Amino acid sequence: MAKMRYIQAINQVFLDEMERDKNIMLFGEDVELAIFGDTREVYKTFGPERVYNTPICENSLTGMAVGAAAAGRRVILHLMFGNFVYTGMDAIAHQMAKLRMMTGGQMDLPITVIAGYGGGRSLAGQHSDTPFPVLMNIGGVNVVTPATPADAKGLLTTAIRGNNPTFFLEASGRGGDSGEVPDGEYLVPFGKATVHKEGSDVTICAIGTMVRPALRAAKTLEAEGISAEVVDPRTLVPLDEDGIAASVSKTGRLVLVDECKDRCSAASHIAAVMADKCFGDLKAPIKRVTVPNVSMPYAGVAEMAIFPTPEKIVAAVKSVTGELAGASA
Amino acid sequence: MTEIPNVDEQRRAEWLALYERMLLIRRSEERVGKAAQAGEMPGGVHLYIGQEASGVGACSVLEDTDFITSTHRGHGHFLAKGGDVKAMFAELWGKRTGICKGMGGSMHVADVSKGILGANGIVGGGIAIANGAGMGIKVGKEKAVSVCLFGDGAANQGVLMECLNMSMVWKFPVIWVLENNGLSEFTITDKVTAGEQTDRARAVGMPAVTVDGNDVIAVQEAMKEAVDRARAGEGPSFIECKTYRIRGHLEAEDAFLGGYSYRTQEEIDAWKTPDKDPILRFASRLLAEGGASQADLDEIEDRVSKQVEEAVEFALASEDADPELIFDITFADQRP
Repeated sequence: MAKMRYIQAINQVFLDEMERDKNIMLFGEDVELAIFGDTREVYKTFGPERVYNTPICENSLTGMAVGAAAAGRRVILHLMFGNFVYTGMDAIAHQMAKLRMMTGGQMDLPITVIAGYGGGRSLAGQHSDTPFPVLMNIGGVNVVTPATPADAKGLLTTAIRGNNPTFFLEASGRGGDSGEVPDGEYLVPFGKATVHKEGSDVTICAIGTMVRPALRAAKTLEAEGISAEVVDPRTLVPLDEDGIAASVSKTGRLVLVDECKDRCSAASHIAAVMADKCFGDLKAPIKRVTVPNVSMPYAGVAEMAIFPTPEKIVAAVKSVTGELAGASA
Repeated sequence: MTEIPNVDEQRRAEWLALYERMLLIRRSEERVGKAAQAGEMPGGVHLYIGQEASGVGACSVLEDTDFITSTHRGHGHFLAKGGDVKAMFAELWGKRTGICKGMGGSMHVADVSKGILGANGIVGGGIAIANGAGMGIKVGKEKAVSVCLFGDGAANQGVLMECLNMSMVWKFPVIWVLENNGLSEFTITDKVTAGEQTDRARAVGMPAVTVDGNDVIAVQEAMKEAVDRARAGEGPSFIECKTYRIRGHLEAEDAFLGGYSYRTQEEIDAWKTPDKDPILRFASRLLAEGGASQADLDEIEDRVSKQVEEAVEFALASEDADPELIFDITFADQRP
């Protein structure tokens, strides 16, 4: 184990995997200078023969990832911001997500697309989106949302070595979190949720960047006599429905925390699945703490007004555990 | 077959093979059109009739290890690059013996083992894929080339400019083959397009030529030069093949047009004449200077007709696609 920052864990995986497998190539905008820090030293170490610092043309880059993978390479595309999923969407939706199926399974596409998502940094609407819903809905790409440096390492390694297109969505704004990261080879399987904190009264299912505020909320609730279990799906496609359901069935209550805009969010999808799977065990309605269906504003005060916070999570939990809070008061 | 003295036997065999491939496409497409018009085939089909020389000429200099990307009008490219006619017909009929197991259909015929990265239902969808394949080849230090077959409709997609630029910046082994049939679906391309197509390539410093796209040998010669340059690491080339689409954008277009038209019958007929039609033209040339006899051409006609009918029989006799397969093939094994 070594303590490192989230972004360092990702950087280390790029360096390790590209050293291990000469067939891996990496390309994207500004990857040479590594503005997020995650591709630092990659260009210098592996050179222009395997690393392309590209012009700004996301719609071509996503299609080129498909072509390079079809030509036999193992591809990492750095898409910079999560919003650029939209600018590169044509080839993502029409080619990357569909060609394996539409060719009758002829085409393996080992592509990892990495992008930092989310708000909270006063970058306004065009650089603050959380594009889980659109990617989850395409059908044909994995959606991976690690919350911790260890999961970042384990899930990124699995993504790069896997044979499917995978969106590795980096919790960039708060990606500076530090944590213990296992040494050596470490792979986290897709479709396996993890429990960050055990509890018995309510399940808080938090995705990616929302794990940290969820854990803070759980701590506050603990002091008030409410035992919250914090579950992290880690991957939204594939989704560990049974793993999340096991926690919900145990606690009987579910609050989902998701940085997506609420309508058709990852939270609302998981809520629907859990209503279906755990109906008999639920003691209260399922609640969602998400972002309203508006564009992320610029001003910090406006941004935080609509952003999920520990306080909002605590309030949502109390709305379904009213009698418990009352008992401990 | 008659032996004619002083004729290059190798060239004669090569030319006859080109002729046979073009005829296989023509007869296949005629049969597909018949089935589509009769409502016997599912989906919509876009036929390649009239453009055979550009696809066959372009693919005639390629190996299985070379890649092509194709268009919604992709049957001809699939056959030109060596795709199996039976597997293609089975695909069009949505059968499990189809090249894509009935999951892709007419607009998505692909055979990755032969470097056919697929027809594509998105106009211009193959452009970035071809450029990426060129990048992949370069990263892998392979000798292959990537050929992007695209139309003048697709040439107005922004990705073309982006990819022409990148292929030139990094000298990707990509050959951009524009099949300019003058039509963007139901719109005359000239009405919505400024400037010369080749100037778009020249704008990034790329060698660009315009050839008679209905002359299979002219296309082949331009391709040879471009492929040699790409294999030598000298970068991409742009070849504009001037041709014409004889059939409609899709076979059912009359139903969409409701009596209106975007071109005249006279214009279409003018491209069907022996001096314009790529197959009739090449037949005359084969007889005049290729050392072939009418008996050679008749023999090819018989063989091709038989091959097409066998493919239809194979498709019709095959089992329907397996719906369960959808869930098996969307993702490769996910286990790490």
